[in-house]
Amino acid sequence: MDLTNIPTAEPIARLIEELGKLPGIGPKSATRLAYFLLQAENEKAESLANAIMGIKKNLSLCSTCFNITDITPCVICRDENRDRSKLCVVEEPADILPLERTKKYNGLYHVLHGVISPGDGIGPDQLKINELMTRLQDSPVTEIILATNPNTEGEATNMYIHSLVAPLNIHVTRLARGLPFGGDLEYADDVTLSRALEGRQDF
Amino acid sequence: MTKPRVYQTEAIVLKRTKLGEADRILTLYTPDYGKVRAVAKGSRRTISKLGGHVELLTHSSLLLAKGRNLDIITQAQTIHSFLPLKEDLRRMSCGLYISELIDSFTAEDEGSRQIFELLRETLEQLSHAEKSDTIVRYFEMHLLEFTGYRPQLQQCANCDGALKPVQNYFSSSQGGALCGDCSYEEPVVLPISLNALKVLRLWQGCDFANAVKVTIRPELALELEQLLREYIKYVLDRQLKSTAWLDLIK
Repeated sequence: MDLTNIPTAEPIARLIEELGKLPGIGPKSATRLAYFLLQAENEKAESLANAIMGIKKNLSLCSTCFNITDITPCVICRDENRDRSKLCVVEEPADILPLERTKKYNGLYHVLHGVISPGDGIGPDQLKINELMTRLQDSPVTEIILATNPNTEGEATNMYIHSLVAPLNIHVTRLARGLPFGGDLEYADDVTLSRALEGRQDF
Repeated sequence: MTKPRVYQTEAIVLKRTKLGEADRILTLYTPDYGKVRAVAKGSRRTISKLGGHVELLTHSSLLLAKGRNLDIITQAQTIHSFLPLKEDLRRMSCGLYISELIDSFTAEDEGSRQIFELLRETLEQLSHAEKSDTIVRYFEMHLLEFTGYRPQLQQCANCDGALKPVQNYFSSSQGGALCGDCSYEEPVVLPISLNALKVLRLWQGCDFANAVKVTIRPELALELEQLLREYIKYVLDRQLKSTAWLDLIK
Protein backbone atom coordinates (compact mmCIF):
# COMPACT_ATOMS: atom_id res chain seq x y z
CA MET A 1 0.00 0.00 0.00
CA ASP A 2 1.64 3.21 -1.13
CA LEU A 3 1.06 5.97 1.39
CA THR A 4 3.88 8.19 0.18
CA ASN A 5 1.54 10.90 -1.06
CA ILE A 6 -0.80 10.77 1.92
CA PRO A 7 0.53 12.52 5.05
CA THR A 8 0.61 9.67 7.62
CA ALA A 9 2.82 9.35 10.67
CA GLU A 10 5.65 7.03 9.74
CA PRO A 11 5.08 4.35 12.44
CA ILE A 12 1.42 3.98 11.42
CA ALA A 13 2.27 3.82 7.75
CA ARG A 14 4.84 1.14 8.50
CA LEU A 15 2.41 -0.95 10.56
CA ILE A 16 -0.26 -0.71 7.86
CA GLU A 17 2.26 -1.83 5.30
CA GLU A 18 3.42 -4.79 7.40
CA LEU A 19 -0.12 -5.92 8.26
CA GLY A 20 -1.02 -5.67 4.58
CA LYS A 21 1.57 -8.33 3.83
CA LEU A 22 -0.43 -10.97 5.72
CA PRO A 23 -2.61 -13.24 3.59
CA GLY A 24 -6.19 -12.08 3.22
CA ILE A 25 -5.47 -8.67 4.74
CA GLY A 26 -6.02 -5.87 2.24
CA PRO A 27 -5.38 -2.12 2.68
CA LYS A 28 -8.67 -1.44 4.46
CA SER A 29 -8.30 -4.31 6.92
CA ALA A 30 -4.70 -3.36 7.55
CA THR A 31 -5.69 0.24 8.30
CA ARG A 32 -8.53 -0.87 10.58
CA LEU A 33 -6.21 -3.19 12.54
CA ALA A 34 -3.50 -0.56 12.77
CA TYR A 35 -5.86 2.03 14.24
CA PHE A 36 -7.32 -0.54 16.63
CA LEU A 37 -3.86 -1.29 17.99
CA LEU A 38 -3.11 2.41 18.21
CA GLN A 39 -6.09 3.00 20.46
CA ALA A 40 -5.71 -0.20 22.51
CA GLU A 41 -3.80 -0.38 25.78
CA ASN A 42 -0.05 -0.79 25.56
CA GLU A 43 -0.25 -4.32 26.97
CA LYS A 44 -2.41 -5.48 24.06
CA ALA A 45 0.09 -4.25 21.51
CA GLU A 46 3.08 -5.61 23.44
CA SER A 47 1.60 -9.04 23.97
CA LEU A 48 0.80 -9.29 20.25
CA ALA A 49 4.33 -8.25 19.36
CA ASN A 50 5.80 -10.76 21.82
CA ALA A 51 3.57 -13.57 20.56
CA ILE A 52 4.75 -12.92 17.00
CA MET A 53 8.40 -12.94 18.08
CA GLY A 54 7.72 -16.04 20.17
CA ILE A 55 6.67 -18.24 17.28
CA LYS A 56 9.69 -17.39 15.23
CA LYS A 57 12.24 -17.71 18.03
CA ASN A 58 10.99 -20.56 20.15
CA LEU A 59 9.39 -23.03 17.78
CA SER A 60 10.93 -25.96 16.01
CA LEU A 61 9.85 -29.42 14.92
CA CYS A 62 9.38 -32.28 17.38
CA SER A 63 12.18 -34.78 16.85
CA THR A 64 9.75 -37.68 17.01
CA CYS A 65 6.57 -36.64 15.26
CA PHE A 66 7.61 -33.42 13.45
CA ASN A 67 4.75 -31.42 14.88
CA ILE A 68 5.47 -27.77 15.61
CA THR A 69 6.58 -27.47 19.22
CA ASP A 70 8.61 -25.40 21.64
CA ILE A 71 10.04 -28.41 23.47
CA THR A 72 11.25 -31.59 21.87
CA PRO A 73 9.78 -34.21 22.08
CA CYS A 74 6.49 -32.30 21.92
CA VAL A 75 3.78 -32.30 24.58
CA ILE A 76 1.80 -35.02 22.75
CA CYS A 77 4.78 -37.36 22.33
CA ARG A 78 5.75 -36.84 25.97
CA ASP A 79 2.30 -37.61 27.33
CA GLU A 80 2.53 -40.97 29.13
CA ASN A 81 -1.24 -41.42 29.08
CA ARG A 82 -1.43 -41.60 25.31
CA ASP A 83 -1.87 -44.91 23.52
CA ARG A 84 1.51 -45.66 22.00
CA SER A 85 0.20 -48.49 19.90
CA LYS A 86 -1.62 -46.15 17.53
CA LEU A 87 0.01 -43.72 15.14
CA CYS A 88 -2.00 -41.24 13.08
CA VAL A 89 -0.24 -39.92 9.97
CA VAL A 90 -1.21 -36.41 8.84
CA GLU A 91 -0.03 -34.03 6.13
CA GLU A 92 0.51 -30.83 8.12
CA PRO A 93 0.77 -29.79 11.79
CA ALA A 94 -2.52 -27.90 11.37
CA ASP A 95 -4.28 -31.22 10.71
CA ILE A 96 -3.61 -32.38 14.28
CA LEU A 97 -5.85 -29.69 15.81
CA PRO A 98 -9.19 -30.84 14.38
CA LEU A 99 -8.36 -34.45 15.22
CA GLU A 100 -7.54 -33.55 18.81
CA ARG A 101 -10.76 -31.53 19.05
CA THR A 102 -12.83 -34.67 18.49
CA LYS A 103 -11.43 -36.04 21.76
CA LYS A 104 -11.83 -39.46 20.19
CA TYR A 105 -8.20 -40.19 19.48
CA ASN A 106 -5.67 -40.96 22.16
CA GLY A 107 -2.72 -42.22 20.12
CA LEU A 108 0.33 -40.45 18.75
CA TYR A 109 0.88 -38.55 15.51
CA HIS A 110 3.35 -38.29 12.67
CA VAL A 111 3.45 -35.19 10.44
CA LEU A 112 4.65 -35.67 6.85
CA HIS A 113 4.91 -31.94 6.02
CA GLY A 114 3.33 -32.39 2.65
CA VAL A 115 2.04 -35.07 0.37
CA ILE A 116 3.42 -37.04 -2.59
CA SER A 117 3.08 -34.90 -5.69
CA PRO A 118 5.25 -36.22 -8.52
CA GLY A 119 4.42 -33.35 -10.88
CA ASP A 120 5.82 -30.87 -8.35
CA GLY A 121 8.85 -33.06 -7.72
CA ILE A 122 7.72 -33.96 -4.21
CA GLY A 123 8.62 -37.56 -3.45
CA PRO A 124 9.26 -39.48 -0.24
CA ASP A 125 12.63 -37.78 0.34
CA GLN A 126 11.00 -34.37 0.52
CA LEU A 127 8.58 -35.57 3.19
CA LYS A 128 9.09 -37.14 6.61
CA ILE A 129 8.45 -40.67 5.31
CA ASN A 130 11.92 -42.08 5.93
CA GLU A 131 11.62 -40.72 9.46
CA LEU A 132 8.29 -42.54 9.82
CA MET A 133 9.91 -45.84 8.84
CA THR A 134 12.78 -45.29 11.26
CA ARG A 135 10.30 -44.53 14.00
CA LEU A 136 8.42 -47.78 13.36
CA GLN A 137 11.49 -49.93 13.91
CA ASP A 138 11.25 -51.67 17.31
CA SER A 139 8.22 -49.60 18.24
CA PRO A 140 5.04 -50.58 20.07
CA VAL A 141 2.92 -49.33 17.13
CA THR A 142 0.32 -51.88 16.05
CA GLU A 143 -1.92 -49.63 13.98
CA ILE A 144 -1.20 -46.80 11.57
CA ILE A 145 -4.16 -44.54 10.76
CA LEU A 146 -3.71 -42.72 7.48
CA ALA A 147 -5.30 -39.30 7.80
CA THR A 148 -4.11 -37.55 4.66
CA ASN A 149 -6.55 -35.42 2.70
CA PRO A 150 -9.05 -37.43 0.63
CA ASN A 151 -7.74 -36.50 -2.80
CA THR A 152 -5.50 -38.03 -5.46
CA GLU A 153 -2.20 -36.98 -3.91
CA GLY A 154 -3.39 -38.02 -0.43
CA GLU A 155 -4.32 -41.42 -1.81
CA ALA A 156 -0.99 -41.80 -3.60
CA THR A 157 0.74 -41.04 -0.30
CA ASN A 158 -1.46 -43.59 1.50
CA MET A 159 -0.76 -46.30 -1.05
CA TYR A 160 2.95 -45.66 -0.91
CA ILE A 161 3.10 -45.73 2.89
CA HIS A 162 0.98 -48.88 2.90
CA SER A 163 3.44 -50.58 0.56
CA LEU A 164 6.30 -49.74 2.91
CA VAL A 165 4.51 -50.69 6.12
CA ALA A 166 2.73 -53.88 4.99
CA PRO A 167 5.79 -56.14 5.44
CA LEU A 168 6.17 -54.92 9.01
CA ASN A 169 3.03 -56.67 10.23
CA ILE A 170 1.45 -53.39 11.36
CA HIS A 171 -2.26 -52.88 10.76
CA VAL A 172 -2.89 -50.01 8.33
CA THR A 173 -6.21 -48.19 8.37
CA ARG A 174 -7.49 -45.01 6.74
CA LEU A 175 -10.15 -42.54 7.81
CA ALA A 176 -13.63 -43.34 6.46
CA ARG A 177 -14.51 -41.61 3.22
CA GLY A 178 -17.96 -40.60 2.08
CA LEU A 179 -20.47 -37.82 2.52
CA PRO A 180 -19.51 -34.89 4.73
CA PHE A 181 -22.02 -33.86 7.38
CA GLY A 182 -24.05 -30.91 6.11
CA GLY A 183 -23.43 -31.92 2.53
CA ASP A 184 -25.89 -32.53 -0.26
CA LEU A 185 -26.35 -35.83 -2.09
CA GLU A 186 -27.28 -33.95 -5.24
CA TYR A 187 -23.87 -32.36 -5.57
CA ALA A 188 -21.81 -35.31 -4.41
CA ASP A 189 -19.42 -36.69 -7.00
CA ASP A 190 -19.23 -40.32 -8.18
CA VAL A 191 -16.17 -41.23 -6.19
CA THR A 192 -17.58 -39.89 -2.92
CA LEU A 193 -20.90 -41.65 -3.46
CA SER A 194 -19.38 -45.00 -4.42
CA ARG A 195 -17.22 -44.95 -1.34
CA ALA A 196 -20.14 -43.87 0.82
CA LEU A 197 -22.14 -46.82 -0.52
CA GLU A 198 -19.26 -49.24 -0.05
CA GLY A 199 -18.66 -48.06 3.50
CA ARG A 200 -22.25 -48.15 4.62
CA GLN A 201 -22.84 -49.17 8.21
CA ASP A 202 -25.60 -50.87 10.13
CA PHE A 203 -28.01 -48.37 11.51
CA MET B 1 -11.73 -20.59 -30.65
CA THR B 2 -12.57 -17.54 -28.50
CA LYS B 3 -14.65 -18.22 -25.45
CA PRO B 4 -18.05 -16.65 -24.85
CA ARG B 5 -18.69 -14.95 -21.51
CA VAL B 6 -20.16 -18.09 -20.00
CA TYR B 7 -19.25 -21.37 -21.62
CA GLN B 8 -19.61 -25.06 -21.11
CA THR B 9 -16.84 -27.51 -21.83
CA GLU B 10 -15.66 -30.99 -21.10
CA ALA B 11 -12.33 -31.04 -19.33
CA ILE B 12 -9.77 -33.33 -17.77
CA VAL B 13 -7.95 -31.96 -14.75
CA LEU B 14 -4.19 -32.06 -15.21
CA LYS B 15 -2.86 -30.08 -12.29
CA ARG B 16 -4.05 -28.30 -9.16
CA THR B 17 -2.51 -25.70 -6.90
CA LYS B 18 -3.91 -24.05 -3.80
CA LEU B 19 -5.12 -20.46 -3.90
CA GLY B 20 -6.05 -18.49 -0.80
CA GLU B 21 -8.07 -20.15 1.93
CA ALA B 22 -10.47 -22.42 0.10
CA ASP B 23 -9.81 -22.07 -3.63
CA ARG B 24 -7.75 -23.91 -6.21
CA ILE B 25 -6.26 -23.03 -9.57
CA LEU B 26 -6.75 -25.89 -11.99
CA THR B 27 -4.91 -26.65 -15.19
CA LEU B 28 -7.46 -28.29 -17.48
CA TYR B 29 -7.33 -29.88 -20.88
CA THR B 30 -10.39 -29.29 -23.05
CA PRO B 31 -11.36 -30.47 -26.54
CA ASP B 32 -12.23 -27.06 -27.96
CA TYR B 33 -10.03 -24.63 -26.07
CA GLY B 34 -7.01 -26.80 -25.41
CA LYS B 35 -5.18 -26.13 -22.17
CA VAL B 36 -7.08 -23.78 -19.86
CA ARG B 37 -6.35 -22.51 -16.37
CA ALA B 38 -9.34 -21.76 -14.17
CA VAL B 39 -10.25 -21.08 -10.57
CA ALA B 40 -12.37 -23.57 -8.64
CA LYS B 41 -13.70 -21.31 -5.91
CA GLY B 42 -14.37 -22.95 -2.57
CA SER B 43 -13.31 -26.37 -3.83
CA ARG B 44 -11.16 -27.06 -0.77
CA ARG B 45 -14.09 -26.74 1.61
CA THR B 46 -15.46 -30.06 2.84
CA ILE B 47 -18.93 -29.12 1.69
CA SER B 48 -18.19 -27.89 -1.79
CA LYS B 49 -20.39 -28.32 -4.85
CA LEU B 50 -17.27 -28.72 -6.92
CA GLY B 51 -15.36 -31.12 -4.67
CA GLY B 52 -14.58 -34.40 -6.32
CA HIS B 53 -15.84 -33.20 -9.70
CA VAL B 54 -12.65 -31.20 -10.14
CA GLU B 55 -10.27 -33.77 -8.72
CA LEU B 56 -7.03 -34.61 -10.56
CA LEU B 57 -7.40 -36.99 -13.51
CA THR B 58 -11.16 -36.60 -13.63
CA HIS B 59 -13.17 -36.06 -16.80
CA SER B 60 -15.94 -33.57 -16.06
CA SER B 61 -18.41 -31.29 -17.73
CA LEU B 62 -17.78 -27.75 -16.53
CA LEU B 63 -19.55 -24.43 -16.74
CA LEU B 64 -17.13 -21.53 -16.67
CA ALA B 65 -17.49 -17.77 -16.53
CA LYS B 66 -14.87 -15.56 -18.09
CA GLY B 67 -12.87 -13.75 -15.44
CA ARG B 68 -10.46 -10.83 -15.60
CA ASN B 69 -7.39 -13.04 -15.27
CA LEU B 70 -8.58 -16.58 -14.90
CA ASP B 71 -11.94 -18.06 -15.77
CA ILE B 72 -14.05 -19.27 -12.87
CA ILE B 73 -15.68 -22.68 -12.66
CA THR B 74 -19.27 -22.24 -11.56
CA GLN B 75 -20.59 -25.77 -12.03
CA ALA B 76 -19.03 -29.19 -12.45
CA GLN B 77 -20.37 -32.66 -13.08
CA THR B 78 -18.23 -35.78 -13.36
CA ILE B 79 -18.42 -37.64 -16.65
CA HIS B 80 -15.80 -40.24 -15.82
CA SER B 81 -13.87 -40.49 -12.56
CA PHE B 82 -11.39 -43.19 -13.74
CA LEU B 83 -11.68 -44.66 -10.25
CA PRO B 84 -9.79 -47.94 -10.89
CA LEU B 85 -6.78 -45.90 -11.98
CA LYS B 86 -6.78 -44.06 -8.67
CA GLU B 87 -6.84 -47.18 -6.57
CA ASP B 88 -3.55 -48.51 -7.87
CA LEU B 89 -0.32 -46.66 -7.16
CA ARG B 90 1.44 -47.62 -10.37
CA ARG B 91 -1.44 -46.71 -12.66
CA MET B 92 -2.16 -43.50 -10.83
CA SER B 93 1.50 -42.55 -11.15
CA CYS B 94 1.34 -43.23 -14.91
CA GLY B 95 -1.73 -40.97 -15.05
CA LEU B 96 0.13 -38.19 -13.26
CA TYR B 97 3.08 -38.64 -15.61
CA ILE B 98 0.97 -38.23 -18.73
CA SER B 99 -0.68 -35.16 -17.18
CA GLU B 100 2.73 -33.61 -16.72
CA LEU B 101 3.60 -34.54 -20.29
CA ILE B 102 0.56 -32.84 -21.76
CA ASP B 103 1.09 -29.82 -19.53
CA SER B 104 4.69 -29.58 -20.76
CA PHE B 105 3.95 -30.10 -24.43
CA THR B 106 1.06 -27.67 -24.78
CA ALA B 107 0.74 -23.96 -24.19
CA GLU B 108 -2.34 -22.26 -22.81
CA ASP B 109 -5.31 -21.83 -25.09
CA GLU B 110 -3.58 -24.01 -27.60
CA GLY B 111 -4.41 -27.58 -28.31
CA SER B 112 -6.60 -29.90 -30.16
CA ARG B 113 -9.44 -32.31 -29.92
CA GLN B 114 -7.04 -35.04 -31.01
CA ILE B 115 -4.89 -34.50 -27.96
CA PHE B 116 -7.95 -34.44 -25.70
CA GLU B 117 -9.21 -37.72 -27.16
CA LEU B 118 -5.76 -39.26 -26.79
CA LEU B 119 -5.63 -38.21 -23.13
CA ARG B 120 -9.13 -39.46 -22.44
CA GLU B 121 -8.54 -42.78 -24.13
CA THR B 122 -5.21 -43.26 -22.39
CA LEU B 123 -6.74 -42.68 -18.95
CA GLU B 124 -9.49 -45.11 -19.82
CA GLN B 125 -6.98 -47.73 -20.95
CA LEU B 126 -4.94 -47.21 -17.78
CA SER B 127 -8.10 -47.80 -15.75
CA HIS B 128 -8.74 -51.20 -17.31
CA ALA B 129 -5.70 -52.74 -18.86
CA GLU B 130 -2.71 -54.29 -17.18
CA LYS B 131 -0.01 -53.15 -19.57
CA SER B 132 0.59 -49.70 -18.18
CA ASP B 133 4.04 -49.51 -19.84
CA THR B 134 2.65 -50.11 -23.32
CA ILE B 135 -0.18 -47.66 -22.75
CA VAL B 136 2.18 -44.91 -21.65
CA ARG B 137 4.57 -45.52 -24.57
CA TYR B 138 1.66 -45.41 -27.02
CA PHE B 139 0.54 -42.14 -25.46
CA GLU B 140 4.05 -40.70 -25.74
CA MET B 141 4.36 -41.65 -29.44
CA HIS B 142 1.04 -40.10 -30.34
CA LEU B 143 1.48 -36.97 -28.26
CA LEU B 144 4.80 -36.46 -30.04
CA GLU B 145 3.02 -36.87 -33.34
CA PHE B 146 0.17 -34.49 -32.52
CA THR B 147 2.57 -31.81 -31.35
CA GLY B 148 4.73 -32.06 -34.45
CA TYR B 149 7.53 -34.28 -33.17
CA ARG B 150 6.66 -37.59 -34.78
CA PRO B 151 9.88 -39.63 -34.89
CA GLN B 152 10.97 -40.70 -38.36
CA LEU B 153 11.21 -44.48 -38.18
CA GLN B 154 10.39 -45.58 -41.71
CA GLN B 155 13.68 -44.51 -43.25
CA CYS B 156 16.88 -42.76 -42.24
CA ALA B 157 16.04 -39.37 -40.77
CA ASN B 158 19.15 -37.87 -42.33
CA CYS B 159 19.56 -39.35 -45.82
CA ASP B 160 16.12 -40.94 -46.37
CA GLY B 161 17.92 -44.18 -47.11
CA ALA B 162 16.57 -47.54 -46.06
CA LEU B 163 17.04 -48.77 -42.53
CA LYS B 164 18.54 -52.24 -42.55
CA PRO B 165 16.95 -54.96 -40.38
CA VAL B 166 19.66 -54.78 -37.77
CA GLN B 167 20.35 -52.58 -34.78
CA ASN B 168 20.22 -48.96 -35.92
CA TYR B 169 20.71 -45.67 -34.12
CA PHE B 170 18.26 -43.05 -32.93
CA SER B 171 19.12 -39.37 -32.98
CA SER B 172 16.99 -36.97 -30.97
CA SER B 173 18.37 -33.96 -32.78
CA GLN B 174 17.56 -35.49 -36.18
CA GLY B 175 14.21 -36.66 -34.87
CA GLY B 176 14.40 -40.25 -35.94
CA ALA B 177 16.36 -43.38 -36.69
CA LEU B 178 19.62 -43.15 -38.62
CA CYS B 179 21.13 -45.68 -40.97
CA GLY B 180 24.55 -47.14 -40.18
CA ASP B 181 26.49 -44.59 -42.26
CA CYS B 182 24.66 -41.49 -41.05
CA SER B 183 24.99 -42.57 -37.43
CA TYR B 184 28.77 -42.16 -37.63
CA GLU B 185 28.35 -38.47 -38.40
CA GLU B 186 26.02 -37.84 -35.50
CA PRO B 187 27.73 -37.12 -32.15
CA VAL B 188 24.91 -38.27 -29.88
CA VAL B 189 22.91 -41.35 -30.80
CA LEU B 190 21.07 -44.07 -28.93
CA PRO B 191 21.13 -47.64 -30.16
CA ILE B 192 17.71 -48.85 -31.20
CA SER B 193 17.22 -52.59 -31.52
CA LEU B 194 15.36 -54.07 -34.44
CA ASN B 195 12.49 -55.15 -32.19
CA ALA B 196 12.20 -51.68 -30.72
CA LEU B 197 12.05 -50.20 -34.21
CA LYS B 198 9.37 -52.66 -35.26
CA VAL B 199 7.20 -52.06 -32.20
CA LEU B 200 7.43 -48.28 -32.47
CA ARG B 201 6.56 -48.40 -36.15
CA LEU B 202 3.58 -50.63 -35.34
CA TRP B 203 2.35 -48.28 -32.63
CA GLN B 204 2.69 -45.27 -34.90
CA GLY B 205 0.23 -46.81 -37.29
CA CYS B 206 -2.30 -48.66 -35.18
CA ASP B 207 -5.01 -47.86 -32.65
CA PHE B 208 -4.94 -48.44 -28.90
CA ALA B 209 -6.80 -51.74 -29.03
CA ASN B 210 -4.20 -53.27 -31.29
CA ALA B 211 -1.26 -51.60 -29.60
CA VAL B 212 -1.95 -53.30 -26.26
CA LYS B 213 -2.20 -56.73 -27.88
CA VAL B 214 1.56 -56.84 -28.42
CA THR B 215 3.48 -58.61 -25.69
CA ILE B 216 6.67 -56.81 -24.79
CA ARG B 217 9.42 -58.50 -22.83
CA PRO B 218 10.84 -56.51 -19.87
CA GLU B 219 14.18 -55.74 -21.59
CA LEU B 220 12.41 -54.34 -24.64
CA ALA B 221 10.00 -52.37 -22.45
CA LEU B 222 12.94 -50.80 -20.66
CA GLU B 223 14.69 -49.97 -23.94
CA LEU B 224 11.56 -48.29 -25.28
CA GLU B 225 11.08 -46.35 -22.06
CA GLN B 226 14.68 -45.05 -22.06
CA LEU B 227 14.59 -44.16 -25.74
CA LEU B 228 11.40 -42.18 -25.55
CA ARG B 229 12.45 -40.56 -22.30
CA GLU B 230 15.65 -39.30 -23.97
CA TYR B 231 13.82 -38.04 -27.02
CA ILE B 232 11.17 -36.27 -24.94
CA LYS B 233 13.88 -34.73 -22.75
CA TYR B 234 15.55 -33.39 -25.88
CA VAL B 235 12.32 -32.01 -27.34
CA LEU B 236 11.22 -30.34 -24.09
CA ASP B 237 14.78 -29.32 -23.21
CA ARG B 238 14.26 -30.49 -19.65
CA GLN B 239 13.69 -33.50 -17.44
CA LEU B 240 10.13 -34.19 -16.34
CA LYS B 241 9.62 -34.16 -12.59
CA SER B 242 7.44 -37.24 -12.33
CA THR B 243 9.97 -39.60 -13.92
CA ALA B 244 11.91 -39.75 -10.64
CA TRP B 245 8.78 -40.98 -8.87
CA LEU B 246 7.99 -43.53 -11.57
CA ASP B 247 11.49 -44.97 -11.22
CA LEU B 248 11.14 -45.11 -7.45
CA ILE B 249 7.94 -47.12 -7.37
CA LYS B 250 9.11 -49.78 -9.80
